[in-house]
Amino acid sequence: MNGPLHLDLLRQLLPEAVLVVSALAVLLLDLRVFGRRALSERMANSGTCAAVGLLASWGVLGMGAVPVETLAGAFRPLPGTQFLKGVLLLLSLATVVFAMPGRFTRHAGEFFALLLIATAGMMLLIGTDNLLMLFVALELVSLTLYVLTALHEERPGATEAALKYFLFGGIAAALTLFGMSLLYGLTGSVQLSVIGSRLAALPREPLLWIALVMTLSGLAFKIAVAPFHLWAPDVYQGAPTPAAALVASGSKVAGFVLLLRVLHVGFGANTAGSAGRIPWSPGWIPWIAVLSTLSMVAGNLTALRQTDLRRLLAYSAIAQGGYGLLGLMDPRPESGAAVLYFAVTYAITALGAFGVVAAMEAAGEEPTLPGLAGLGRRSPVLAACLSVFVLSMAGIPPLAGFFGKFFVFVRAISSEPQSGRLWILSVAVGTSAVALYYYLQIVRHALLLPAATPAPALRVAPLTLFALLLLAGATLVLGFLPGLLLNPLQ
Amino acid sequence: MLAFPLYLCFASALGLLLWRRTASRLPHWITLATCGLGLLLTVTAVIQRTPGAEVVTLVRLPWIPTWGAEFHLAADGLSASLLVLTGIASVGGVLFSWNVQDRPGEFFSLYLTLIGAVYGVFLSWDLLLFFVFYELAIIPKYLLIARWGSTRRDYAAMKLALYSFLGSAAVLVGIVALYATSGLNTLDLSALARHSFPPSTQAWAFPVLFAGFAILAGLWPLHTWAPTGHVAAPTAASMLLAGVIMKLGAYGCLRIALPLLPEGARESRFVFGVLAVAGIVWGALVALRQRDFKFVIGYSSVSHMGFVILGLAMATPLALSGAVLQMISHGIIAGLLFAVVGRMVYDRTHTRDLEELGAHRLGKTLPFAAVTFVLAGFASMGVPGFSGFIAELQILLGTWPVSGRLVAVAGFGILLGAAYVLRAVHLGFFRGDDSPPLEALAPPAPITVPEVLGSGLLLVSTVGLGLFPGFVLDWIQPALAGPFFDGLRRVMVP
Repeated sequence: MNGPLHLDLLRQLLPEAVLVVSALAVLLLDLRVFGRRALSERMANSGTCAAVGLLASWGVLGMGAVPVETLAGAFRPLPGTQFLKGVLLLLSLATVVFAMPGRFTRHAGEFFALLLIATAGMMLLIGTDNLLMLFVALELVSLTLYVLTALHEERPGATEAALKYFLFGGIAAALTLFGMSLLYGLTGSVQLSVIGSRLAALPREPLLWIALVMTLSGLAFKIAVAPFHLWAPDVYQGAPTPAAALVASGSKVAGFVLLLRVLHVGFGANTAGSAGRIPWSPGWIPWIAVLSTLSMVAGNLTALRQTDLRRLLAYSAIAQGGYGLLGLMDPRPESGAAVLYFAVTYAITALGAFGVVAAMEAAGEEPTLPGLAGLGRRSPVLAACLSVFVLSMAGIPPLAGFFGKFFVFVRAISSEPQSGRLWILSVAVGTSAVALYYYLQIVRHALLLPAATPAPALRVAPLTLFALLLLAGATLVLGFLPGLLLNPLQ
Repeated sequence: MLAFPLYLCFASALGLLLWRRTASRLPHWITLATCGLGLLLTVTAVIQRTPGAEVVTLVRLPWIPTWGAEFHLAADGLSASLLVLTGIASVGGVLFSWNVQDRPGEFFSLYLTLIGAVYGVFLSWDLLLFFVFYELAIIPKYLLIARWGSTRRDYAAMKLALYSFLGSAAVLVGIVALYATSGLNTLDLSALARHSFPPSTQAWAFPVLFAGFAILAGLWPLHTWAPTGHVAAPTAASMLLAGVIMKLGAYGCLRIALPLLPEGARESRFVFGVLAVAGIVWGALVALRQRDFKFVIGYSSVSHMGFVILGLAMATPLALSGAVLQMISHGIIAGLLFAVVGRMVYDRTHTRDLEELGAHRLGKTLPFAAVTFVLAGFASMGVPGFSGFIAELQILLGTWPVSGRLVAVAGFGILLGAAYVLRAVHLGFFRGDDSPPLEALAPPAPITVPEVLGSGLLLVSTVGLGLFPGFVLDWIQPALAGPFFDGLRRVMVP
């Protein structure tokens, strides 16, 4: 390696580097400058610094990146990757805004610094073609998220949730690593694009299937699809709400981009197999079909019984993960945009829903279904935003969530002749009818039911309200004009 | 000009939602102006240019180019006749909800959203756009019933929303499958109607699509959402539900399921015919046993929509034309019946129990309501001279070549229809005459001007349609004979 190459590398990684530097700056400022002030002020100041860092990173992202052929494809963006990095930065920015009015931890600087590092990790994760880099970035994201989960100091469940997350995550990482090592052993490469072409020439042997299943299972843990979802409800409930929002939004998007690349570039169409009615042949598609079906059924049915809003959102997220997987079942390149449209619009709505939960918590309210009663009177904007988010998740047009579902449904059945995958489409559509029940329960409590006791208007931070309105607006606009998001992702 | 009511409804709905002053009657006037203008524009448009077989494109803009979806609004004679129905029903609905005091801004905003969605469904010529409008109607319905409704409104609203969503879920499966298997990368209705889908696809896709749509049209045995929903809904919402929303399902069958999948339609015509006839008889029998006045009307809707489904399932030209006429006729009559029961009677007496209503001697104290109900009841029974007669006759005549037995059972349903209407008229309005007068009951408030106007509009429509059915049939029959239904006619020729 020589000088100019390092410069290229730096330019390539400038957005991530800006994030890491800002993380350090936030830590330092909180320790030295804000340290003696009141907690609310420290949260606001550190949050502002983090927001500035995210914006700066977004700014340098626009400068454009040159693909650098080095380190065996460690940093090779696909078309659309730059755009997705921007989306991740904006999602993190909204998370920072939601966190600023919170009082859940004394470690203000650490919270925001970890949030920035997690974002940097996600950006690295979606921009790499190299298994080693992929694993390092995956662990960077995971470890920061474990710590973020544990940062809530008042909730007794936080530590338990973090430990659960950590133990499950450790096993998942081990599975992934095992799968990857087999892949390397089979193909002799750590580059996904090379692996893809060499796997096509390999004989179909059990070792290959073990490698595929192991790798996929570990990644399935990241996006919390059944049966690797058991950590999610506890984490969503126990973690500080902004941290849960990050797990539900940015981390989910990164997970889907990663899956898309691993499946479509790394494994490729030749090992896809089939999950049709009659020719059920081995490959990664049947495994995706199983994960997807389990998630849709388990997530939606369990969500019916939840009264805690965060837990309900967790089960809904598991189900939505299942819907997202449907789009991956088409190994042709066109399906990428469908899956990513789904993932991004879902992330926007999930982030918004958690933003509403965070706003309620900041105002001293318990975010449960009965606690939502009267929200329509106490804060009409909050109630309206929440309704938009959950109706979008339910897939009601013209909100963005409907188009996401439509696109992945079409992808799920279109690659198979004779509509052999009709069964999974039926499961998906049937469970989404079940899901409407609990989504409508949220709307009913928020908009229609009066408060049990007369309660004053809810005080919400103006910046939070602004961010929520932007997210709700995005849900509407992306519904009316899906092309805005589809075109950059093509 | 035909597309303006759609924009107008959504614009007014948005305006009312953002600007809500609860104390005034302004929302009522704005809504009346919107609906009235919508009706006026629709009528003017169809008078200027008699609709028929030709599919007139109103707007066509690219929407999601990579998926072949377009913002494509178009209309032929079928759409035009149903648009006129929507205009009439919406104006009637506002006039009968003139007494809404509880948050009228939001009430009418949702009401207009619902009507806008209905206009959108009748105008869409793109499969995805159609579905967007079709499903857009669910949430306003839910909120209107759950917020402004009466008897067991939470249960009824949720049931209605879930059934509707289940139906549209099945429709979504069908649409996704049509789009994916056609391989044309288009969602344009005309293009898809020209494409012939393989028989194996049609064999399963038609029942899925037809049943999905028909759930919203009250297909037995998945009709139970309709009576509970109608009963719980506020008057304007029950008028719209029975009047136009149930027609959306029937229109979906007619516009999408039948012309796109004609061979599937031929395969399963008998199954759906039997279900339709079961609905006719079942709905009538249940209506005969109800104590709640509104449930009588609710089940009568199931029975009458059974005729529509029968006509659609048979898919002979005469049966289809009868089905469309029955959609329009029932849309007006059901609106009128619900208006009498919900607004004129219930809002004044606060009871719908047919046993208790006798004591109110409504035949004497509310003669206008009694007369309106009797006339609407005649129309509903299928007395010649009203719109119901010619519609049901056509359906039965169109069914005859396919199956005489279905005609016999459905005809029995007509007899039952006469029975439950007469029973309701007797118990609801005229039984009190031989019971001792109850002095304690205050006389009901007099009938208001909006009620008179609304009843007048709907009565004139149903009588006019009954006396001059040719006026609308001249739009419907050329459309059914047009190129869009070529495939269907070819397959259904006996």
